[in-house]
Amino acid sequence: MHEMALAQGILDIVITTAAEHRATKVTSIKLLIGQMIQVETESLTFGFSALSMGTIAEGAQIAIEIIPISGKCNSCGQQFSVEKYCFICSDCDSTDVLVVSGRELAVDYLEVE
Amino acid sequence: MQIKVMTNILDKNDQIAAEVHERLSTAGIFVVNLLGSPGCGKTSLLERTIASLKEEVSMAVIEGDLFTAKDAERIEQHGIPVVQINTGGGCHLDANMVNSVLECLDLEKLDLIIIENVGNLVCPGEFKIGEDVKVTILSITEGEDKPLKYPTIFKQASAVIVNKVDLLPYTNFNLPLAIKDITSLNPEAVIVECSCQTGAGLERWCDWLKEQVRMKRTRSI
Repeated sequence: MHEMALAQGILDIVITTAAEHRATKVTSIKLLIGQMIQVETESLTFGFSALSMGTIAEGAQIAIEIIPISGKCNSCGQQFSVEKYCFICSDCDSTDVLVVSGRELAVDYLEVE
Repeated sequence: MQIKVMTNILDKNDQIAAEVHERLSTAGIFVVNLLGSPGCGKTSLLERTIASLKEEVSMAVIEGDLFTAKDAERIEQHGIPVVQINTGGGCHLDANMVNSVLECLDLEKLDLIIIENVGNLVCPGEFKIGEDVKVTILSITEGEDKPLKYPTIFKQASAVIVNKVDLLPYTNFNLPLAIKDITSLNPEAVIVECSCQTGAGLERWCDWLKEQVRMKRTRSI
């Protein structure tokens, strides 16, 4: 249940950002979550709604975009989508593969009034 | 109005983790974040490691546990410094918890800190705590399907310890498949098959760890 800790992190970012822009209400929050991040999105949304009560973000809608896992081979430069968590280059079998996406855990943008 | 933010949700934790790492690196200390499910043998591996290395490597342990000090009491009997963090039901350690106990350790005298995380294959994988490396234990009795079921924690490990190999004859654990899955998930990981019960394979783990400590010390001089 680390979703509560993540929800708190989101709320901190939202409150700080909204204050910087002198917003009076946060209506929606867009999150980017990589496929490799193990997070239960329902728990995260529930945790956020509980934590945000009485704050500027109370009642805000949360939209989540799941980012698929992709890798880039450091040997041949091939960029590929990672299937079944196999991080070996699909082209040259190299094991030197950089994770390009799939580890995201970020607040993308807010809609505010 | 839309406001672009693009901020990492764990930014605050990651910043503290970076500070902890910087502080410990300056002191030349190599830090291991030891991960694995409850009962996989994290504390047993620690006990074996301490017994093998404590004459050569000055080490301390930080024990993460939900409520008890049972593991810390086991470590204490080996005569090395140990600090307990109780998360009070929290499923993982975070950087702030580790940061707040560093004052309990004499950092000047240490070469190695092993932080035993809360037994859990999910949550601890997302929180950096100032470590140089993550080491994940998979025990035979858990089944060979765990690396692909919990990919994050195995993907991030610099070493994966396959523990309790003495139990292989009594289970249907498919060792070649487990090794294949770990390798395809994390091709760079060092994989050590061992038994904390019989001691098999532990020399290779201790040699690897000693080498990491040596390299860290060399870099910090």
